[in-house]
This record gives sequence, C-alpha cells and structure tokens, in this order.
Amino acid sequence: MAYRKTVAGFVAAAALLGTSSAFAQTEIDFWHAFTGRLGELVAEQVDTFNGSQSDYKIVASHKGNYSETLNAGIAAFRAGEQPHILMVFEVGTATMMGAKGAIKPVFEVMGDGFDQSKYIGSVKGYYTSPDGNMLSLPFNSSTPVLWVNRDKLSEAGIDPDTDMSTWEQVSEVLDQLKAAGVECPMTTAWQSWIHLENFSAYHDTPFATKDNGFAGTDTELAFNSPAQVAHISAMGDWAKDGKFIYAGRRNEGGANFRAGECALFTESSAGYAGIKSEAEFDFEVRPLPYWSAVASEPQNTIIGGASLWVLEGHEAAEYEGVAAFMDFLSSPEIQAKWHQDTGYLPITAEAGDLTRSQGFYEQNPGTDIAVIQMTAKEPTANSKGLRLGSFDQIRGIIDEELEGVWAGDKSAQEALDSAVERGNALLRRFEQSAQ
Amino acid sequence: MAHGFAMEKRVTFKGMWLPLLLIAPQIVITAVFFFYPAGQAIWQSLFIPDPFGLSMQWVGLGNFEFLLKDPFYRASFVTTAIFSTLVTVVSMGVALYLAVLADRLIKGSGTYRTLLIWPYAVAPAVAGVLWLFMFNTRVGVVTWYLGLLGYDWNHVLNDSEAMGLVVVASAWGRVSYNFLFFLAGLQAIPKSVIEAAAIDGARFWTRFRTIVFPLLSPTTFFLLVVNIIYAFFETFGVIHTITGGGPQQATTILVYKVYSDGFVGQDLGSSAAQSVILLVIVSILTVVQFKYIERRVHY
Repeated sequence: MAYRKTVAGFVAAAALLGTSSAFAQTEIDFWHAFTGRLGELVAEQVDTFNGSQSDYKIVASHKGNYSETLNAGIAAFRAGEQPHILMVFEVGTATMMGAKGAIKPVFEVMGDGFDQSKYIGSVKGYYTSPDGNMLSLPFNSSTPVLWVNRDKLSEAGIDPDTDMSTWEQVSEVLDQLKAAGVECPMTTAWQSWIHLENFSAYHDTPFATKDNGFAGTDTELAFNSPAQVAHISAMGDWAKDGKFIYAGRRNEGGANFRAGECALFTESSAGYAGIKSEAEFDFEVRPLPYWSAVASEPQNTIIGGASLWVLEGHEAAEYEGVAAFMDFLSSPEIQAKWHQDTGYLPITAEAGDLTRSQGFYEQNPGTDIAVIQMTAKEPTANSKGLRLGSFDQIRGIIDEELEGVWAGDKSAQEALDSAVERGNALLRRFEQSAQ
Repeated sequence: MAHGFAMEKRVTFKGMWLPLLLIAPQIVITAVFFFYPAGQAIWQSLFIPDPFGLSMQWVGLGNFEFLLKDPFYRASFVTTAIFSTLVTVVSMGVALYLAVLADRLIKGSGTYRTLLIWPYAVAPAVAGVLWLFMFNTRVGVVTWYLGLLGYDWNHVLNDSEAMGLVVVASAWGRVSYNFLFFLAGLQAIPKSVIEAAAIDGARFWTRFRTIVFPLLSPTTFFLLVVNIIYAFFETFGVIHTITGGGPQQATTILVYKVYSDGFVGQDLGSSAAQSVILLVIVSILTVVQFKYIERRVHY
C-alpha cells in the first residue's frame, strides 16, 4: 500500500499501534466471491484472525461472483500478481488441479503436523488427490435438501407430516397437490447439481467413468444410464402435467417458494438464511428423496460451494501465514459459528459436535438434516464428488438439454444421450489442454 | 460551379515526416487496440492453452474444425442472423417513426427529445435486468397482465418468447441512439424542398417516400452499419442477464458463446477461434454493405 510508505502514514500507524508490529506484519492476500451478509461474515472471520495475532495480516478482497473470482485469479497469475489464497467454486476444482505449477496443495502448505482426518470425509473428499491428500481447504459447502411448505400441504388437505423420503411418495403428494388446484406443486434450483449430480451419488450410480473423473482426465460422462433416465423422465412427466414448475437454470425457483407459491422445493441447504427471513409460512427441511425402486436406501449426497486454493510464487514466510489462517478457519469455534450463521456445512466433525452441544439443532429444527445426509454413510467412488474439466460448460449443456425435456421437445433418453455426447467432446478438449 | 476552376485548392506537405507524425497517434491507437489483440486472437486460435498459461498444445486449425463440426455452433449462426436482423429493424424502425413525429412537433419538442434519449444511458446488462423483472414468469408485471388476458408468458421454456424478449431489451436502448441521428438527419433536410413538394400537392407519405427518406439515406446507411455491429458484439450483457443463451440454445448468439466459452469455460483456444470467425463475418458484412448498399445512398 502506497500510503503506508508516506511519512505521515508511518507516524500515524506507529502512533496507533504503539509497537513495531506495524511493519513486521506479513500481508496475505485472500480473494473471495462473497457479498452481502456472507461478505460481512467473511470480513468478521478475517478481522478476528488479524486481531488474534500480530505476525500476519489477511487482506481480503471481493472479486465478483464465482466465475469472475476464478477469472481474476487466473488473470493475476498470468500477470505474476496472484493472491496467496483464491476462492474457487467446486466446478473449478479440475481446472485448479490441472494447473500444476500454479497451485500449492494445502496439505503441503500446512506442513507435517497437519491432521487431515479431522475434516469430514464427504466434504473434503471433493478436494482430495487420488491418494487422499487435501489439495484445497473446503470453505463453504452445502448439499441439496427438500424444502416443504407445510401450510400449502395442509391447505390441500394433505397431512404436513406425511412421509416424503422417496420420490414414489413425493409423486403421490404431487398428484394430490395438483388435484387440490395448487399451481406450483414443486420447483427446483440448480437442476444439474440436484437432479443429476447429486441424484447419481445418492443412488450410488456413476455420473462419469473413472470414479467420476477422480482417477484421470480420460473420464467419460455416464449419466444417461437407466436410473438417471427414469428420474428425468418422471420429472418430464410432472412438468407436462403442471406438477413440476421449471423456473430457471439457477435458483430462480427460490423466489416462488419463499413467496409461498410452491409446496415443495429442492434447493441447497444453504438456502436456509433466505427462506427463514422471507417465508411467511410454516416451512420444514426434509432429506432429499430417493427412488426406492433404484436403491433400498440412499448413499450420501455431495457438496456444492467453494474451497480455498493456495497459489504458487510467494515467500516461505508468507505460506506460514496462510497455514496459520487456514488452521484458524478450521478451529471448532470458528467453524461452528460459520455453520450456524450461514447454513453451510461444518468442515470438521468437531465443529458439528460443538454446534450440537450448544443446542443449535434443537432450537433450529432441520438444520442438521444436511449434515446427517452427507455423513450417514462413508462415501463410495460414486459419491465422493465430481472432478470434471470444463464442468461449468458441461452444466450449461445439461441445462439446455433438460430444458428440452421440460418443454416436451425431447425424451429424457434423447436429452441425456445428447448431453453426454456434447459433454464428452468438451472433456476430450480439457484432457488435451491438461497434458 | 467548382468545376470551372482548373486549379484545385489542395494543401500539400513538403517531405513525409510531418504527415507521418500527424497520423501517428491514430495508427498507434489502431495498432495497440485493434491489430495487436486481433493478431493475438489469430495466434491463440491455433492452440489449446491451459487457463493459467503454463502450457499450450499446438492444434493448427483443430479449434476451427471442432467448432464447425458442432451442429450447435452452426445453429448459432442462424440464431445470430435472426437476432441481428430483428434488433436492427426494430431499433431503426421505431427510432425513425419517433424522429419523424418529434420533427413535426412545434411545442415541447425539447422535453420529448430528452426523454427519448434517456434509455441510451442505461448499460445493456442493467437494461436486461429491467426487462427481465417486467417479464419474470412468476412475479413480472407484464406477465401478470398477459395472464389476465389469458396468455401464459413463459420465456424460460418458450424459444420465440425468449428471442422476442432479448430483441426488445437490446433494441430499446438503441432506439435512443438511432433517434438522435435520425432527428438530426431530418432537421438537415431543407424545409424549402418539402414545402415545394407540398405546394405541388404531395401528401405526407409521398413526400416522405420520395424526398425525406432518400435524403436521409446517408444517416440510415451509417446507422445500419453501426447497429449491425452493435447487435453482433455489444448485446451479450442483455443475453447474459435475461436468458443465459437459453432456453436450450434459442438465444445463444455467436458473441455470447465467445464470452461464455472464454470467460466462464476457460476454453481460450475455442474462444479465440470464435473471435476470428466473428471478425471474418463482420468484415465480409461491412464490405458487402459498402459495395452494394452504399451505391443507393445519396450524399
């Protein structure tokens, strides 16, 4: 900072701080994608860390949305101006992993005493190397759940406590809602993430070959198998009958649910804060439904969100500061607070236990559904996560093809076959670029 | 009259350094902001680079082959043609109509003009969000009125409605710009010519068709070129905020794909190749416009 170099600034800083720490501090740049309430909470974490010690100073900067932040980081790296810590959303994971020479794996930064076992398997799994080492630090992670408008069910003459663990049961509820004249029985956010990516993991079915891309970039998409086709086909039928209302590719459906129009809503567990503050009806969180015809019981769901990557090209002393900050973020108190404030999953089991012992789950029923859904079973090769190059674009292709199904232009099989073929072409390009 | 003089009044420079110096700033600006990036795009289009610039794979024309083999990319040429034509026709047609009306106003024309120029100040992405709110399938005010009339507006799943919406949102701000030029053009037409025609018994429509429109042709031609370039290159903000290229690929125009592949997908090779293709198309269009349409322009 230029102003620091001026005499006046120096005098002021020395006068304020009173010690030599003003110029002994090592600055660590941290670029993130959060604004609004989340931005404030990140700033609070950073301030707490900066206040807790005097060796390092984290300088947090907001760089736009997820895509823009990743772009800013990449552009900065090309210009030799990269930050120490860059927030990257989960679909950018393969891009970051492929950038050997640009990233410094988190387990290396953290050094010898780093206990990776304290992190929740299904959360860290998305970001680990094939031999189980953490490449980035999970920061904000959520998983899809079923949101229920209990008042809407009662109005339609349905018991609001009715079991909706399986899609078979949900299908019956949708019939009843439709028959009762409800205009929006069900809507969704993030259709690819919830109804294909998580659907596959939850039913222990591959989304892509080579362990969903974890075992190599020569992976091929596999989400056109009978299980996924049956689910998308059922949803296509519901769309045709006006039981499933498609609102858009992102979380547009959230506005409809929060306004009380829709009875059921599949959305991230992190939708909690927004729904709690806006919904003027009795709502409830339920586990994501599964098809009992496909699996006798569900596997775990996978996460969405972002992790923190450490970039190459800085001094060793600065990486010590990065490690200290990441250690701080992983501490039970900070994690438990983050989990409770945001609705994101805790990244360590300790933070979950602390939250439980503080009585948070009892006071806020349903907030632990996501944690249970993620951690009830040990992840399999199909439910560890996804590691696919050009994944943002592949999601775009999936969105396009699913819209074909919801509009009644394509069958589920045609749409998923086409999405697989088009997505594979992009995977081959990524494989070539990552050589 | 001027033909009577054999000697032309032409200012000439002695030597070549001063003229070179005088045009140097323009050449430097063109080189830095056009030739250099265009050259770099052509160079990059021959590789598949990794996003961080750590390595590059030489693929020759492989990026172009990959694109042109893709039926969805080829379909986006048609989408772009439809979109650009509609945006140009709508924005110029409406602007001309409003300019003719404003030109005939005697009282309060200043207020009308100011109000008509306002939308030009709105950035495309902001315009996109404004229109999106009005036509939101659940909470949009226009959607609600259409619902009262028994029309179920759903641009999220209906191709034509999505296209209509992005065209209107893109053309809206452009109407102001075109209006300004048309109005200036109309006011430059000598009143005496129009009055003479009126005395000869020509009605408004005849006067417009035979006098006003031909005399306005330089303005119209200029706006045609500028608006097509606008529709090709500057509309991605609107597309991005309203449809994201959907439903399916109904509103994925070429420049939107350049943006989404390059900045969202990090596929810089394909994005560069697409820029080169766009550059070629616009060059051809501009040549065609100057060669065939400009002949009909009366200066």
